[in-house]
Amino acid sequence: MTEPTTATDTVEHAKTQPDTDQPYAELGLKDDEYDRIQAILGRRPTATELAMYSVMWSEHCSYKSSKVHLRQFGDNAPKTDVLLVGMGENAGVVDVGDGLAVTFKVESHNHPSYVEPYQGAATGVGGIVRDILTMGARPIAVMDSLRFGDPENPDTPRLVDGVVRGVGGYGNCLGLPNIGGEVVFDPTYNGNPLVNALCLGVLRHDDIQLARAEGTGNKVVLLGAKTGRDGIGGASVLASATFEDSATGEGGGPSKRPAVQVGDPFTEKLLIECCLELYKQGLVTGIQDLGAAGIACAISETAAHGKGGMHVELDRVPLREASMPPVEIAISESQERMLAIVEPGHVDEVLDLCTRWGVLATVIGEVTDGDRLIVTWHGETIVDVPPGSLADDGPVYERPIARPADQDAIQADTTKSLQRPSTADEIRDTVLALAASPNLASRRWVTEQYDRYVLGNTVLAMPHDAGVVRLGDDTDRGVALALDGNGRYARLDPYAGAQLALAEAYRNVATTGAKPLAVTNCLNFGSPEDPEVMWQFAEATRGLADACRELGVPVTGGNVSFYNQTGATAIHPTPVVGVLGVIDDVRRHLPSGFGTDGDVILLLGETHDEVDGSEWAWVTHRHLGGKPPKPRLDEERALARLLCRAAEHDVVTGAHDLSDGGLSQALVEAVLLRSIGAEITLGRDPFVALFSESTARAIVTCRDARVDQLLEYAAEHEVSVARIGRTGGSSLQVHDLFDIPIHELRDAHEATLPRLFG
Amino acid sequence: MTARIGVVTFPGSLDDRDALRAVKIAGGEPIPLWHGDHDLSRVDAVVLPGGFSYGDYLRAGAIARFAPIMTEIIDAAKAGLPTLGICNGFQVLCESHLLPGALIRNKGLHFTCVDQRLRVENTKTLWTGELTQGQEIVIPMKNGEGQYVADDRTLDELEQTNRVVFRYIQGNPNGSRRDIAGICNERGNVVGLMPHPEHAVDDLTGPGTDGLALFVSVLKSLVAA
Repeated sequence: MTEPTTATDTVEHAKTQPDTDQPYAELGLKDDEYDRIQAILGRRPTATELAMYSVMWSEHCSYKSSKVHLRQFGDNAPKTDVLLVGMGENAGVVDVGDGLAVTFKVESHNHPSYVEPYQGAATGVGGIVRDILTMGARPIAVMDSLRFGDPENPDTPRLVDGVVRGVGGYGNCLGLPNIGGEVVFDPTYNGNPLVNALCLGVLRHDDIQLARAEGTGNKVVLLGAKTGRDGIGGASVLASATFEDSATGEGGGPSKRPAVQVGDPFTEKLLIECCLELYKQGLVTGIQDLGAAGIACAISETAAHGKGGMHVELDRVPLREASMPPVEIAISESQERMLAIVEPGHVDEVLDLCTRWGVLATVIGEVTDGDRLIVTWHGETIVDVPPGSLADDGPVYERPIARPADQDAIQADTTKSLQRPSTADEIRDTVLALAASPNLASRRWVTEQYDRYVLGNTVLAMPHDAGVVRLGDDTDRGVALALDGNGRYARLDPYAGAQLALAEAYRNVATTGAKPLAVTNCLNFGSPEDPEVMWQFAEATRGLADACRELGVPVTGGNVSFYNQTGATAIHPTPVVGVLGVIDDVRRHLPSGFGTDGDVILLLGETHDEVDGSEWAWVTHRHLGGKPPKPRLDEERALARLLCRAAEHDVVTGAHDLSDGGLSQALVEAVLLRSIGAEITLGRDPFVALFSESTARAIVTCRDARVDQLLEYAAEHEVSVARIGRTGGSSLQVHDLFDIPIHELRDAHEATLPRLFG
Repeated sequence: MTARIGVVTFPGSLDDRDALRAVKIAGGEPIPLWHGDHDLSRVDAVVLPGGFSYGDYLRAGAIARFAPIMTEIIDAAKAGLPTLGICNGFQVLCESHLLPGALIRNKGLHFTCVDQRLRVENTKTLWTGELTQGQEIVIPMKNGEGQYVADDRTLDELEQTNRVVFRYIQGNPNGSRRDIAGICNERGNVVGLMPHPEHAVDDLTGPGTDGLALFVSVLKSLVAA
């Protein structure tokens, strides 16, 4: 290895030359944050220390604006005995019985996906997969929640194509089935798409790994890809700042591409298999993935969370480019890397196993008995800090909050004045228009680009309400996962909006027959420095924490993504919520559609006149105003219990939740699942019956002989139930209103995305 | 005694576990094989599974073809060892010249995952004896580079010698020449196909169980032999 040609800013140098000008503002640090670093160190930071603080104290890594609000998820959590690992680790771990546990988490990769859609989305998947791997779990499925701008916006096809190919390209090559998610279009995401990726992993209780560096003399081993110049400042420059102006491309344009990481799923696949074998053979005492803030984050977090200190020789890190200075090596976000803590006696075995898998492994340091994180570069000390100051003691802000000036006006602007369809023909046209609208149309064009079969345990995937996977070949136990959000609802009322996202995911899990157990979330908002955005954030977190308590499902972890805005305009507040449920016997899962002719169709739950913020209001009037449907959490819980019980006792043959697009859309989807028609009779106000988005509702199908049993269960759980029709035939027929042949429904439903993006 | 069916794991193989499971469900003894070994572990047949060996970075299957274990497999297959290549495995067989032609990017340039309907064109191979001539089966197909191409002379020869084993029906998903989904060598012991029979062995997790027949076929042929 050659000596660096330019002088390196050492700790010694920092002491002797205290007055050096440092570019802390360019790195995203505020004046008082810089002062605080000097106070912690008793001197100015070195260039490498400064870079490390800038990324570790960035909004993305430190949660400095959100921390005070996120505490509610812990303080206000429902009592539960299913959490083996709660918030604060890389991902929560949930006990699902029989000694099995699962871990799951959703994370954003929004800004990178705008700058470079393919790599941004791909590495979003790669990053969340490593989080799951870090817990000691085998990753077994992925999901993704994607939001794009107006489909007619000229930039949207570029983003849709790149993001979908990126999600697929990485996940497919990694061999993880993609089992669901969402794709949403709204002009609010023009210039700021949302790419939220979720991964699910399975492990046995005693397989849990922790991200801790302990045991003086233990070796710090870097596994995986070489470190390169990609993703420099990804966490700070890209994820923790606003795009300035979408019109000129400033801020989000090509100039920021070096801050986007470049993914290599093949290397990640080898890294996964290699790490799982290291765990199995008991060769590591601690493990941490390298994601945002790269080596800086991994070494400071593992050191801070263990006992003792750490000494890292940065010049030992294998590089793609020999000329990289230590500052860049410390904060590079090159993908497909892990950091393992290994007892000295196991180092050779670890290196041998890595060789077998073709994974590069390098001892870069060791755990010390001190309390400092020391990083050297060719023998000279360039970092000497308390690790906790980087990892845990970053700034915490109580940001000012202000209810948006237009909040009252937007809530007052209800759908009352909008023309509702009244004739039979108008209603028929509305059903078809909704079925073909970009947000409700078939997702096939997207989901066919994802492998849903690999690993051979996928029981349900798209277009079902939730993904269901069996947890292994030797068990019938499975889990269901759903990921939902609704930015429009949250814009109208962020407290209710967050609850509605949870309620929908919770309901989607229950419609498969699974019992909802735990929650992950990805909170996508504008700039926290805008008090109106902060109000939305405060309301949404409060709403979500309250609803989690009421439904008895704890938050296990998640991610906050701020600065989703272009110039002064923030996106709609968009809390995306993932719910995980367990199903003791996956063979009893329920499909979300009609499976045979002659089943009775029943509607569970109550329908109210709630169309503000609905797909109908948007599709037919481009209207957003009023108040979203009321969250009815007691009713959601009752409905979920009823659905689980009905599935367990084989009382129903299928169940589909009612959400965006109401009963109309639910019927269309249930009919199209297996091309089995239905005959429906509605009550007095067909418009409300078909298009209201009242919550806590589902349709179920039932054989004649089982209807009485279902009614009995419904009465016990106090869920209202109405018989609305019967499956069969080759059309969706609603008495006195319309009769739409299945092929016409299918044409409407399936043509939209290929027309827009194919 | 049941037959031993090996499944090779290359770096980047993804459906190796699925293939091992399918062998087990069919009643065979699944034997994992490692790309870096020169040892076929006395297997009676071998499956090259789907996936992205070596990331498919140079060209699908192009690097895996040079894996140490392929030396043994190529020799054994030429000597009659029943060999099945699924998806990436089919690509490896073509790169190894055990089968003619090549697989290139799908016509639509997208990775596509669909439940694909196929027509069985040849039941004389070691892997298709349990199917019937002209039978229609549905098994998942998922690939980005599944378009089968060869020059016209090769294609004509494949047709004339009855070596097209499976053909896509109700739509050609990737632009393959003459709707070819799978082919075999002259002896009929080496079969390659793009769709994934190992994903259609259980009603719970697949679109049906049509894929099981391939694994049952080879086991029966081995017992008969």
